[in-house]
Amino acid sequence: MLIPCPHCGPRDLAEFSYQGDATRVRPDPASTDMKAWYDYVYNRPNPSGPHREYWQHSGGCRAHLVVVRDTLSHEIISVAFAHAGLNTAEGRQ
Amino acid sequence: MAEYSALSLLKNALSGNKDWKPAWRKPEPKPSYDVIIVGGGGHGLATAYYLAKEHGITNVAVLEKGWLGSGNIGRNTTIVRSNYLLPESIRFYDFSVRLWENLSHELNYNVMFSQRGILNLAHSPAQADEYIRRGNAMCHGGGDGVWLTPEEIARKVPGVDLSASARFPVVGGLLQPRAGTARHDAVAWGYARAADRLGVDIIENCEVTGFLREGDTIIGVTSTRGEIRARKVAIAVAGSTSRVLRLAGIERFPIESHVLQAFVSESIKPYLDCVVTFGGGHLYMSQSDKGGLVFGGDLDGYNSYAQRGNLPLVEEVMGEMVAMFPAVARLRLLRSWGGVMDMSMDGSPIITKGPLPGMYLNCGWCYGGFKATPASGFSFAWTIAKDEPHAINAPFTLSRFERGAVIDEKGVGPTPKLH
Repeated sequence: MLIPCPHCGPRDLAEFSYQGDATRVRPDPASTDMKAWYDYVYNRPNPSGPHREYWQHSGGCRAHLVVVRDTLSHEIISVAFAHAGLNTAEGRQ
Repeated sequence: MAEYSALSLLKNALSGNKDWKPAWRKPEPKPSYDVIIVGGGGHGLATAYYLAKEHGITNVAVLEKGWLGSGNIGRNTTIVRSNYLLPESIRFYDFSVRLWENLSHELNYNVMFSQRGILNLAHSPAQADEYIRRGNAMCHGGGDGVWLTPEEIARKVPGVDLSASARFPVVGGLLQPRAGTARHDAVAWGYARAADRLGVDIIENCEVTGFLREGDTIIGVTSTRGEIRARKVAIAVAGSTSRVLRLAGIERFPIESHVLQAFVSESIKPYLDCVVTFGGGHLYMSQSDKGGLVFGGDLDGYNSYAQRGNLPLVEEVMGEMVAMFPAVARLRLLRSWGGVMDMSMDGSPIITKGPLPGMYLNCGWCYGGFKATPASGFSFAWTIAKDEPHAINAPFTLSRFERGAVIDEKGVGPTPKLH
């Protein structure tokens, strides 16, 4: 599996660390809604097919990435910086 | 006379082996059953067998989307053990080992259970302390744990690199003598035949495509072989748990599916007569009766339903194997494959009634499902028959996550790739 890092180009899987589902949304830290916290901490959609997930290019530029990858075929569908601002030329200035 | 015995072997030999019955029938699905079990792997088949044998519920169908034994029951590294730390786990897995000890007799099918022992190598004083603590917990829970010094390891497993210059020098090891290996396919076939003879219908090439409901209650399934109704629908589909639950409208669940690879080398002469695990990383290895070294390591570490992995993990596993057993460095690899693991959020399984009315669920086996097959089937059948858990599976609820009552052997929290 090669992951095309937007900064470094296509690199081997061994250079990356997996950080899991990128669709989880942390509840408001002040929230006392136990159901919402339970859902955030433990539940996952775990799809068979396209999966939006975090990877870090820990053995390279160390950027955090959002990768959409097919869990049935391991095909990489899209890659972007996790920090949305870095995805435009102005943002990288 | 037992169906399989020395006498029946002789009798059938004299009649040209023409009179053997198929190990299980190939029935057409009936319109309805008392219980449907989705998933014809080890756990599903064991559940069907214990439902029929222990509870007299024989009007049961096991629905398997592929052929019998095509999933994780035919993909694991065949290790049976109960060397756990937490009381809930020790109780459950030790019960399983006790069922294993009589399984070939019980099923009249040789599952080749060989109690050759499992040895966990420790590579630092801290790890030795941790293993000794675990051994004490095992003994306390009625199991068997023995601490071995490097000298004792040298006598028991001559191939291990015990030199002081090893990358991870061995300071000792925890042995569970009653652990061992079993022939994984035989476990599926043995349970299938025993369940079939008690009247259970095993229906292969029958993929569940949806659930029939009456209000909230599950009253059956739709499948590639038509609608089948049942008062109780039990799910034992391992890595496909989230997929099957999604068919019932459950979109989020405390499971991630990950790929785990396994390997077998070319056959060599007898070299290793117990299971050995490497504590400097994560590797477990045994030698099959055919002579191949059977081994595996960590998960690849990302969500996957692909039943195949990637090369970095292969390299890591081979590196660990050679660090532990330098003599095998020039062996050739014969085969490698992957299986899809239902990684739960605390590393322990879920065997429970629910989550919907009429549904029963058995999942979250991470990569320790094979050894649990008899206890899992036994306690799941109990739960289905009596609508309440057996004492051994009572702690393995789905609600434990919400209640904060997790059973986390490794203490790594809700990060499935680390369990």
